[in-house]
Amino acid sequence: MTVIEACDVSLTFQTADGPVHALKDVSLTIAPGDFVSFIGPSGCGKTTFLRTIAALETPTGGTLAVNGMTPEAARKARAYGYVFQAPGLYPWRTIAGNISLPLEIMGFSRSDRAQRIARVLDLVDLTGFGSKYPWQLSGGMQQRASIARALAFDADILLMDEPFGALDEIVRDRLNEALLDLWKKTGKTIGFVTHSIPEAVYLSTRIVVMSPRPGRITRVIDSPLPRDRPLEIRDTPEFIALAQQVREGLREGHSYD
Amino acid sequence: MTEASPTLAGRIMPVLTVLLAIVVIWYLAAVWMNAPWVRDQAARADAVLTTDDLVRQTLTLERPVLPAPHQVAAGLWDGITGQAITSKRSLVWHGWITLSATLAGFAIGTAAGILLAVGIVHNRAMDQSVMPWAVASQTVPILAIAPMVIVVMASAGVTGLLPKAIIAAWLSFFPVLVGMVKGLRTPDAMQLDLMHSWNASGSQRFWHLRLPNSLPYLFASLKVAIAAALVGTIVGELPAGATAGLGARLLSGSYYGQTVQIWAALFAAAILAAALVMLIGWIESLTLRRMGLAR
Ligand SMILES: Nc1ncnc2c1ncn2[C@@H]1O[C@H](COP(=O)(O)OP(=O)(O)O)[C@@H](O)[C@H]1O
Ligand SMILES: [Mg+2]
Repeated sequence: MTVIEACDVSLTFQTADGPVHALKDVSLTIAPGDFVSFIGPSGCGKTTFLRTIAALETPTGGTLAVNGMTPEAARKARAYGYVFQAPGLYPWRTIAGNISLPLEIMGFSRSDRAQRIARVLDLVDLTGFGSKYPWQLSGGMQQRASIARALAFDADILLMDEPFGALDEIVRDRLNEALLDLWKKTGKTIGFVTHSIPEAVYLSTRIVVMSPRPGRITRVIDSPLPRDRPLEIRDTPEFIALAQQVREGLREGHSYD
Repeated sequence: MTEASPTLAGRIMPVLTVLLAIVVIWYLAAVWMNAPWVRDQAARADAVLTTDDLVRQTLTLERPVLPAPHQVAAGLWDGITGQAITSKRSLVWHGWITLSATLAGFAIGTAAGILLAVGIVHNRAMDQSVMPWAVASQTVPILAIAPMVIVVMASAGVTGLLPKAIIAAWLSFFPVLVGMVKGLRTPDAMQLDLMHSWNASGSQRFWHLRLPNSLPYLFASLKVAIAAALVGTIVGELPAGATAGLGARLLSGSYYGQTVQIWAALFAAAILAAALVMLIGWIESLTLRRMGLAR
């Protein structure tokens, strides 16, 4: 049983400066409930890979299945929620209104919407903030609201592209903890792009190390850490060894240039 | 309040200074431009003119080349309050004729501009074909088009408000079109990707994202459009035969050398334009503040 099955996925952008090989022969399987981080230097195709899963880009080669369907069919079946680096909340809608938007678009009934909004607000610890406007919330709270929005329609997969990249370290730590908590409660499959080695190691069950030109996977590291992870786990030898492995993987990718 | 008053004074002072300078220059210009005629009259009557006489007479002529500010103000005041508002001498009556055609033209122009913009944003063929025509329509001198519209429509039996409204719409649709095309295209790629990820239809994207996002651009355009509609209406009132509206008032003033009447009508039009633009500005700030889009 796999959620995402990529087999030799390639994506070449045709640009004015010639072809850009954003992805080349990327193969990866992701099982239900996995927390998979994608890490690598900028331009290695992390975003592009996440976008192909979301059917926001179409691969130019290879095969890609999401929940056993084409990415396009999976998107229409509401298989995933997508979280971008910026919260992208509408300033003219309240937090509850913003979470309600995808539900309205998908045609959920009013009472169903209200229930779902209450539930996801609770999941991201924003109960009581539903009637606030985005500008009344801090950056971290806004990003939590955007995660709530991605969770509201019960997609099994959560795709997150550097969701905490714009936040400071302290807020980021708290959100990482909250995200792990949310993942345990919901059992979602999560694809998570990050620049940060500690973040990848702390969150993931699997870490996918990528390298650029052409964008490809250089290493997939299975985490030996237990699923229950207090923040202090980051001081354990296992954690440090794992971070070391990721760092090596990144260096290895670099030696190709 | 005590803190607000200096800033208010600070904002009003420069305006008052400029206004004062304009009034002073205007008086000087009035004396200078009307002086030849006064001197001429005095020479004919063999009268000796003191400077004092000269100044007094140049500022009180019945048909001055350039009326003095107080004459225009008196003309304006008389036109607005001194006449029954159903009288043909009332600026309120003429103003209302102009205003109603302006508003009708503004409504038509705004609707046309928005519809064309929606078409351009959603339809590739329209994107490539409409804009050049829209630009061309604005390069044709309105003074040449207006009489044709009036004459052609009159020969079809359509007179009064509608022909003028069409000329007003001709001028006012363009800023709305340009602003809305820009506005409807503002949503960034991320917002559109989110919509796509939710499998939103084209119309859902439009109503939930593109349209609300375009409102700041729409309001900026509407302020230009309403002023343009007023200009269009007044131009539409100029062709021979028109007897109602501020444009007709301008024209009849010039037929009979009633310069005070011309200037009073001119100021009435300017005041009307300022009031309309301010009204839209007020609706704009109210709406955008409520939507969290105020800058
Ligand atoms: N729409 C696009 N058109 C052309 N090139 C693109 C496009 N999107 C991404 N790329 C290129 O593909 C490569 C991978 O980009 P991306 O997936 O954004 O990398 P990452 O997220 O790892 O930083 C980069 O070289 C980038 O410039
Ligand atoms: Mg990226």
